[in-house]
Amino acid sequence: MRYLFEPGLFSSSPALHALFLSAVVAAVSAVVGVYVILRSNSFSGHALTDVATTGGAGAAFVGFAPLVGFIGGALAGAGAIEVVGRDNAQHRDTATGLVLGAATGLSALFLYLTATNSTTTGVTQQVLFGSIFSVSTATIPVAALLAILIVGVMGLIARPLTLASLSPDIARAHGVPSRRLGVIFLVCTSVSVGLSAITLGSVLSTALIIGPAATALRLSKNIWRATLASVAIGIGACWAGIVIAYDSYYWHRSSQELPVSCCVVAVIVAFYGASSALRRLRSRHV
Amino acid sequence: MSTLDVRNVALRFGDRQILDDVSFSIGAGEFTGLIGSNGVGKTTLLRAILGLQSIDAGTIVVNGETERSHRIGYVPQKISIDPETPLRARDFVALGINANRFGLRRYTSDEKARITQYLEAVGAASFADTRIGELSGGELQRILIAHALISAPSLLLLDEPLANLDPRSVQEIVALLHSVSKQFGIAVLLSAHEMNALLPVMDRIAYLTAGRCASGTTEEVVQSDVLSRLYGHHVDVLRLHGRVLVVAEPSDDVDHLPSHATLNLDE
Amino acid sequence: MFSSFMLNAWEVGSVVALVAGLVGYFVVLRRAAFAAHAIPNGAFAGAAGASLIGQSTLLGLGVFSVLGGVAITLMGRRGRNDVATALVLVAMLGLGSAFLSQGTGYEGQLYGLLFGEILGVSSSSVVPVFILGACTCAIILALFRPLLLASTAPDLARAQGIRVQWLDMAFGVMLALTTTLTVPVVGALLMFPLMIGPPAAARICTKRPGAALALSAAFALVVLWVSLALAYQLNWPVGFFVGCGSALLYATVRVGTRLRAMSH
Repeated sequence: MRYLFEPGLFSSSPALHALFLSAVVAAVSAVVGVYVILRSNSFSGHALTDVATTGGAGAAFVGFAPLVGFIGGALAGAGAIEVVGRDNAQHRDTATGLVLGAATGLSALFLYLTATNSTTTGVTQQVLFGSIFSVSTATIPVAALLAILIVGVMGLIARPLTLASLSPDIARAHGVPSRRLGVIFLVCTSVSVGLSAITLGSVLSTALIIGPAATALRLSKNIWRATLASVAIGIGACWAGIVIAYDSYYWHRSSQELPVSCCVVAVIVAFYGASSALRRLRSRHV
Repeated sequence: MSTLDVRNVALRFGDRQILDDVSFSIGAGEFTGLIGSNGVGKTTLLRAILGLQSIDAGTIVVNGETERSHRIGYVPQKISIDPETPLRARDFVALGINANRFGLRRYTSDEKARITQYLEAVGAASFADTRIGELSGGELQRILIAHALISAPSLLLLDEPLANLDPRSVQEIVALLHSVSKQFGIAVLLSAHEMNALLPVMDRIAYLTAGRCASGTTEEVVQSDVLSRLYGHHVDVLRLHGRVLVVAEPSDDVDHLPSHATLNLDE
Repeated sequence: MFSSFMLNAWEVGSVVALVAGLVGYFVVLRRAAFAAHAIPNGAFAGAAGASLIGQSTLLGLGVFSVLGGVAITLMGRRGRNDVATALVLVAMLGLGSAFLSQGTGYEGQLYGLLFGEILGVSSSSVVPVFILGACTCAIILALFRPLLLASTAPDLARAQGIRVQWLDMAFGVMLALTTTLTVPVVGALLMFPLMIGPPAAARICTKRPGAALALSAAFALVVLWVSLALAYQLNWPVGFFVGCGSALLYATVRVGTRLRAMSH
C-alpha cells in the first residue's frame, strides 16, 4: 500500500482539494458527455474548447478568474455555433474551422502578452493543460455549485432531451420544444467545458467530457445505467490520475512530476481502449 | 368538431406548387388514407399538419385550435439512429409516456404493464430488449407505432409505415391501427402510395396528385370521372376481386402516369 | 525588417507558405480537414519526445508526421469513429505535453511547438527547408493532374489506370512533409488555418483547378508576409496574425463575391 499512495497524499491540502474538485467536475462532465455523444456533437464539443481556450487566455491576461474566462469563452463559442446555423455544409465547416483558427490565434496573442507583461510563469501550461493542484480555493465551492446546478438541470431535461436527440420531429409532435432544449443543452455543455478546463486545462478538457461517457456507452444498453457508470469511470480516472501524478514526484528524485492532466487523460484513454476491446470480444462470442 | 380540419392549404417550394387548395377533414375514430405516388407531397403535408412546415395559404386546425398544443402521435418514415445508441426498444416506447415531462420520475408498475402491452400489440415482444439501433426497418417501424400510440394522442399521423413491411406484417399493422382507432377514438391519417391494403379499413380517402386533392369515402373518390378530373387526363378505375386498379391510357406524357398502374399487376 | 536576422524568417516563411498553399488546395479538395488537424497533433508529440531524448525536434516532427500520415491514409478506408478520433487527437497533445514536462524549458518549448516560433528559425535550417520545400512543390506539380482526378472522381481515375491508392499514400506523405515544415513556423495548432483559409478563398474566386492552385499559393504567401511584417512591427506572435489573417481573408473573399453577385 505504501507504494501506491506516497506519503502525504491524504494530508496534503492541495491533493485533497484536487480529489474533491475532480470528482465533482468528472460527475457533471460525464452526465453532459453522454448526451454530447447521443447527439453526435463531438465536433462542436471540440469547437467549444477552442474558444474556451481563448477565454481562459484572455482571463489570464486581464486578471480575471480562469473559470470565468473558460465558461465565458465556451458560451461565446456556443452562441457562434447557434448563429452560424444550418448553412451549406461545406462552407459551414470551413467557416467554423477558420473561426476556431482565429480564436486559437487570439489565444496565442493573449498568452504571449500575459507572459511578457506579468510575472506569472507557465501561463501556457496552466491554461492549456491545467494544474488542478493550483486551483484557487475560492474557485472550488463555485465550481461545485455550478456542477450541482448543471446536473440538476440535466436531470430535469433528460427525458425530453433524449427523445429530441433521436428525432426532433417526433419530439415536437409530443409537445417537446426541441430547439429550446438544444440551446439549454448547449449552455450546459459550455459550463461543463469551463469546469473541465480548470481541472484538466482547456486542450484536454474534451477527454473528460466524452471519454468516460463513451466508455460507459460501449458497455451498457441502458442509458440511465450508462450515465451512472460514466460518472464512476470519470471519477475513477481523475483520482487514479491524481494519485499517479502525486506519486511520480517520488519515483525519480531528479526529474519533475508528471503533469496531473496528462495522467488523467492517459487513464481515460486506457479505460476507453479496454472497453472497446471488451465490446469486440463480447460481440465475437455472441 | 372534427379532430383534423385541413382547408385550402397551399404550399410552394421555389417554382413548384407542391400543394394547391388541399382540403379534407378527419373526425375522431376515423381512419383516413392519404394516397398518392412518391414525391407528390404527402410527407410535406404531414409535416405541415404537425406544424413543422409553414404553409403559404389556408388553415390547419387540430382539435379546434390552430396552435398545436395537443399531442399528436407521429410515425415518421424513418429516423436515423446510431447503432450504439444505449436505448432498448422497450425504453424508446417508454419515452412515449412521459417524454414531454421534466424530471426523472420512475415508471409505475401500471406504466410498465402498459409498455409491455403495447409492445405485444405491435408484435415487438421478441425484440423488446434489443438496442433500437440494431433493429431492422420493419422492427423499428413497429416500435415507432407503439411509441406513438402509448401517448394516447387524439390524432395519429403515419408517413408511409407500410413501405418496409412484408404482406403479412402489413395486414397485422393495418388491423391493429384500425382497432386502436375505433377503440380509443383516435383520428388516424396514414399516407401510402398504394391503397389496396387499406381498402378494408379506410373510412375516408384523401387522394393527392400534382398538388390537388380529392377527399371523401372510397366509393365517392375512387371513380373514373373523379380521378380523371384530378389527374387532368383520362384514367380508368377497375374493381377486381375487391381490389382497385387505376389505369391510365397509354400516353406520350409519361409524367402523368399514376404509379399504381404498374404496381397492382404484381399483387 | 529585412536585416539578416529576419532574413531567415522571410526565406523559411515563404517556402512554408508556398508549400502550405499548394498542399492545402488538395486538403480542401479532398475534404481532409481531419487529417490537417490530426497530423500536427501527432507531430507535436513526436517533436516533444525527440526533444526529451536529445534529438532534433525536426526529426521528431518528421518521423511522427509520416507515421501519422500513413496511419490516417490506411485508416481512412474504413468508417471513422468520432469519439475515438477525438480522444486520440487529445491524447497526442497530452503525450507531447507530458514529454516536455520532463525536460527543461517546458513553458517556452510548449508555446513554441503549439503556436510557432518563426523568429527562432536558425540559419542552419534554411537549406534543409528549401530542399524539402522544393521537393514537395515538385511532387505536387508533377502529380497535379492525376491527383486532381483521383481526388474528385476516384473511380474515373482508376478506370484510366491511375493507381489511386498510391496517390492517396503519396498525398499522406506530402501532408506529413508539409506538417514538418509548417509546425516550427506557425505551430501545431495554427497549421490548420494556413492550410485551409487560402485554398478555400481561392476556390471561391475561381473553379479552374490550375488557377485555383496558383491563387491558393499566392494567398498563403500574402497571409504569411503580412503576418511576418506585422509581427515584427508590433512585436506580437506571428501565429496570431496567421490565424486571424486566414479567417479574415476567407471572410473578405466570401463577402466580396456575394456583394459582387448582388450588384450584377
